[in-house]
Amino acid sequence: MEAVRCDGTTVRGCEGAKVNNATSILDVSALTIVRGARTLADDVSFSATRGEVVVLRGPSGAGKTTVLRAIAGLDPIAAGRITVDGVAIGPGRTPRARALRELHRRVGMVFQFHHLFEHLTAFENVWLAPVHVLRQPRAEAERRAHELLEQLGIGARARALPRELSGGEAQRVAIARALAVGPQVLLMDEPTASLDTERRDSLAGTLRQLAAGGCTLVLASHDEEFIRACSHRVILMQAGRVVGPS
Amino acid sequence: MRRPTLTAIVLCLCVGAAAAGQERSELRWGGDAEGGAPFVEADPNDLTRVVGFEVEIAQLLASGLGRAPRFVQSGFTSLDAAAARGDFDVGLSGIEDSPARRSRLAVTIPYYQFREVLTVREGDAGRFRGLGDLAGRRVATLGATLAYDLLLAAQTKFGVVPVTYEDDVHPYTDLVLGRVDAVLLDEVLARRGIRRNPGLTNQPTDVGVGYYVGITAPANAPLRDRMNEILLQAMADGRLEAIFRRWSMWNDDQPQLYARLARGGQGEIAQAPSPQQPSTFQAAVRYLPSLFRAAAITLVLSCLSMSLAVALGLAIASGRVYGPPAVRMLLTGWVELIRGTPLLLQLFVLYFGLAAIVQLPAFLAALIGLGLNYAAYESEIYRGALEAVPAGQLDAARTLGFTERQTLVLVRGPQAFRLALAPMTNDFVALLKDSSLVSVITVVELTKQTSILAANIGSWVIPGILCAAMYLVLSLPLARAARRLEGKWKR
Repeated sequence: MEAVRCDGTTVRGCEGAKVNNATSILDVSALTIVRGARTLADDVSFSATRGEVVVLRGPSGAGKTTVLRAIAGLDPIAAGRITVDGVAIGPGRTPRARALRELHRRVGMVFQFHHLFEHLTAFENVWLAPVHVLRQPRAEAERRAHELLEQLGIGARARALPRELSGGEAQRVAIARALAVGPQVLLMDEPTASLDTERRDSLAGTLRQLAAGGCTLVLASHDEEFIRACSHRVILMQAGRVVGPS
Repeated sequence: MRRPTLTAIVLCLCVGAAAAGQERSELRWGGDAEGGAPFVEADPNDLTRVVGFEVEIAQLLASGLGRAPRFVQSGFTSLDAAAARGDFDVGLSGIEDSPARRSRLAVTIPYYQFREVLTVREGDAGRFRGLGDLAGRRVATLGATLAYDLLLAAQTKFGVVPVTYEDDVHPYTDLVLGRVDAVLLDEVLARRGIRRNPGLTNQPTDVGVGYYVGITAPANAPLRDRMNEILLQAMADGRLEAIFRRWSMWNDDQPQLYARLARGGQGEIAQAPSPQQPSTFQAAVRYLPSLFRAAAITLVLSCLSMSLAVALGLAIASGRVYGPPAVRMLLTGWVELIRGTPLLLQLFVLYFGLAAIVQLPAFLAALIGLGLNYAAYESEIYRGALEAVPAGQLDAARTLGFTERQTLVLVRGPQAFRLALAPMTNDFVALLKDSSLVSVITVVELTKQTSILAANIGSWVIPGILCAAMYLVLSLPLARAARRLEGKWKR
C-alpha cells in the first residue's frame, strides 16, 4: 500500500510508521481551559506516538474541539502543559510568539468547516503557506501542492474556488493545505460532519495512509463507525473531562 | 366626519386669505446679512433685527409704498435666482448693476455709485499701483462681481491671477497673511477692509466704476417703477443723502449720479460700465475652456484626496482592529469627531482657522480637508470589511504559521478589499461632488466655475446642464470600472 508522509512525500507500505511508531510525539498533561466562569476542559491528559490515530470521542459540548484548539495554539490555557515534539506551551494569556511559531511548524489543523481562504483557488490555498511561511521557492511549493491534491484525489479541482467545491472536496483541500507545511501532528475536528457514507470510508482510508506515513492524527469525532474504521485509540470525553478509554 | 372636514377647509381658506393680505401689506426685501456693515448685518444690540444702509433704503421704499418692510435672508450668490423666483419683492444687498441682470430681472435705477479699489499691503504700495503691476500675482475678489470681470480682463491683458472668495472678509485677511498680493473690490468693502486690517492701504487709482441697484422679478416691473419714483424723490429731497451720510458713504460721486438720473439718464448709466453682453450660448461657449479646467481641478483634487483618504483610512482601520485599547479609543474618538462635524467647518478651520500657525495653500488645504474627512468614513468601511472576514479563516492562517501581518496582507486584506470596493466606489463618487465645497477656501472647481458662469449670463439652464454632464463624465467610468472588477472577482 502507498502511504502519504506528513510532509507530502509518498512512501511504500507502512515504512514510515515502522520507523517511528515507538516515539511519543504529543503529550497533553493536566490541561485545563477556562472561559469566564466556565471550565471547558478540566485536567485532560493523554499522549500520542508517531503514526498513531487517537480519537477524542464524546457528545457535543464534551470539550473535544476546545482541546484540539489548545493543541493548535489558538486559545490560551489556564493550567497544564502541551508538548509537541519538544516544544511546550503552558498557561498564560497567549503563548510566546516564538513558541507558537515552533508549535505551528509541528501541528496542522483541519477545521470542521474547513475555513479555506475564500479568495484563493484550491491550488493557491495549498501553496500559500509553504511559500510565505516556510520560504520555499514558488515552483517547488506549487509542484508539491499539485502532488498533494493529486494524491488526495482532487487534482482536477485545483483551479476551483472554495465556494465551488463540495463538502468532501473542500475537506480534502483543507487536508492538503495542512499537510503542505509538513506537520508531525494533524488535528481534525469532526472530519465526517460534511461527508456521505462513501466519502467517509474514503476519508478513513486516506487517514490510515497518512498514519502509515508517520503522521500522528488526533481527531475529534462522535461518529462510531468512522472511529472504528480508522482509530488506534479512543479517548472518551464528557463535560470537559477524560472519562476513560472507550 | 363631514362637518369637521368642511370646517377645516374653511379655516384653511381664511388663513390663506389672511396670509395673502399680510403679503400685500409687507414689502419683503431680500439681502445677505453675512455681507455685514454697512450693507446688512444683525444688530449687535438685538440679533433678531438687521441694520445697515440697505435696511434704511428698504424702510424708505416700504414707507413710500405704504407697506411694512420684512427682511428675507438669502445667500449673496443666490440673490438673483431668489428674486426671479419671487422669494422676496426686492433684493437690496450691494447688488451691482450689470447688463446680464438687466436682461433677466427688473432692475431699479442705481442708488449708489462706487469705484473699484485696489487694496495692497502698505509695503507694496510703491510697486503695485494698478492691475498692470500685478502680472503673475494673485489678486482676490468676490466671484460674479464687476471686480471679477475686471480681473478676468486683466488676466488676459496682464497675466494677473484672479482668486475668488465667497465672502468679502477673507480676501483682506489673506492679503495680510500674504496668500494674495492685492484685493480688488468696491470702495465700500475696501474701506472696511483696511479699517479692520492694519497694514493695508487702498490705491488711489480708479480701476472701474459700478452702481448698486435693487432687483425684482421681471413680473414685478410695475412695482419696480413705483420704487424708482420713490428713489428719485428721495434723491431730490435729501433722504438718500441722509442715509449714506449716516453710514459714512456719502461722497462727491453721488450728487453727480443723482443729477444724471434726474435728467433721465438711467439708460446711459446702465450701458456705461460693461461692454456689449454676449448671448447666453456665446457666453457658455466662451466659458467652456474654464469649465474644462475646473473639471480637471475637480478630478485631480478628488483623486488625490481619495488616495489620501484610502491610505489614512487603512491606517485608522488597522489601528482600530489590531491596536491596543488606548490607540483604539483615540482613533474611535478621532473618527467620531470628524464624522460628527461638517466638512465645511473643517475646511474653514484648516484654511482660515490655522492660518496664524500654518498657511496652507488653498489646494493643499482642500486636499487635506477632503482627505481627512473621507478617511474617517473609509476607515469605518475597512474596519467593517476586515471584521467581516470569517474568524475561522484567521484561525486557519494562524495554524499554518502566518504572522499577523502576513494574515492581514495575504488573507484578510484581499477579502476585505473586495467587500469594501462597492462602498468605496460610492464614497469616491460622493467625494467628487463634495469637492465642490472647497470653493469656500478659494479653490475654483467645477461647481464654483459653473456658478460664476451662471451668475455672468444670468441663467442656470445651460451652465447647469454642462456642469451635470461633466460630473457624469467623471463619475460614470469609475462606477463602471468598479462594477467590472466586482464582476471579475465574483466569476
